[in-house]
Amino acid sequence: MLAKRIIPCLDIKNGRTVKGVNFDNLTDAGDPVQLAKKYYAEGADELVLLDISATLEGRETFTDVVSNVAKAIAIPFTVGGGINSVEQAEKLIRVGADKVSINTAAIQKPELIGNLADYFGSQCVVVAIDAMLTEKGWEVVNHAGTKRTGIKALEWAKTCEILGAGEILLTSHTSDGTREGYAIDITRKISQSIGIPVIASGGAGGPEHFAEVFTKGMADAALAAGVFHYELLSISQVKEYLLSKNIIVRY
Amino acid sequence: MKKIPTVGIVQYGAGNQASIVNALGSLNVKSIPVTTPIEFEKVDKLIIPGVGHAMKAMNELKRSELEDAIRKTDMPLLGICLGMQLLGKKSEEGDAKCLSVCDFETIRFSISLKVPQMGWNKVKLTGNKLFYGLEKEEWFYFVHSYYVPKSSFTIATCNYGVEFTAAVQHKNFWGVQFHPEKSGEKGLQLLKNFIELC
Repeated sequence: MLAKRIIPCLDIKNGRTVKGVNFDNLTDAGDPVQLAKKYYAEGADELVLLDISATLEGRETFTDVVSNVAKAIAIPFTVGGGINSVEQAEKLIRVGADKVSINTAAIQKPELIGNLADYFGSQCVVVAIDAMLTEKGWEVVNHAGTKRTGIKALEWAKTCEILGAGEILLTSHTSDGTREGYAIDITRKISQSIGIPVIASGGAGGPEHFAEVFTKGMADAALAAGVFHYELLSISQVKEYLLSKNIIVRY
Repeated sequence: MKKIPTVGIVQYGAGNQASIVNALGSLNVKSIPVTTPIEFEKVDKLIIPGVGHAMKAMNELKRSELEDAIRKTDMPLLGICLGMQLLGKKSEEGDAKCLSVCDFETIRFSISLKVPQMGWNKVKLTGNKLFYGLEKEEWFYFVHSYYVPKSSFTIATCNYGVEFTAAVQHKNFWGVQFHPEKSGEKGLQLLKNFIELC
């Protein structure tokens, strides 16, 4: 049986992790390579590296970060943040990223999903969907949740699969940062409706939230940033809890 | 001191090869890309990495004349993922005729589970030297839509809706369906075994 995956996410700006706190066992908490190694050693199943740099220089630095992380860990990792062409994706995959995640670019030019899938194979293409619960139901939002698109999240996920996406990273803006649990309903709806894996994101606060999103939410993987960054939870703590609930994890 | 072998990474236009180069690098093993049969003289072992499409890969190996050279080599060779599938007779992926080093076929998953299988699955290992130092069951990372059914070449198995071949061996040819370069310390141990023991 395939294990449910636990995926820490690193937000990186100008080559440094943000939300940096002082970990006891790190000499430099802002260094993404050190943080990636820490998560790797703790039993993370994959990593996501998200570039939130706003400048060209920042983006160049991100490529170096990706290259260095690839040398430091031996688990798969996805990179994302501002990727809007096959060339950009190629640059990151060539230095060692396993998958690329696209978000706004996929909405603006959906053909990019197919172009990436043709070039690298679907397994390398993650479409990130940011969803928010509005009066219209679960709606796709972008620009960090400030812009509503009018697109229904479930329909968009189905479209992404048809266009060639290999995986969906579903972030609920409604639950993101609340630490009150993942958005179970929309995660389950999407996971049941498509034949590619769904990574749930947004809202993790305790180990029970991971269990809930895997069982009720039917997610294939769960992503979290804050709870791991701030050491509110460790990866092994989450996995031990999941095992106690008979959920299969690599441990 | 024992000579550390140089590993040739067989090129066939596949994607991410940085992973395997990095993994070997972390074991202090030198690897070079191999694009023509002449380059076989510069290396001691071969790895066929595994990202791509069976038909496209075979076309490229024919064009570069690596197809014949691989068939005839007596160097230890490790095929990873698609690289393992290529060792068989044929693949349903593009209806490709493969290297025919081993007498097996590759078919598509027809199961109710999500395809591709993507993620960590538990593999049952036999006593092969490729698995030295590993437990009888270990977690490895898989990404694949096609699989090799169990056969006399099978040296490890896994279950995803159906029991399938996770690793094969025939003479100097080894193959693994999973990605040891992405399977953490256990995967690195397997690569180390291939370098040191195979």
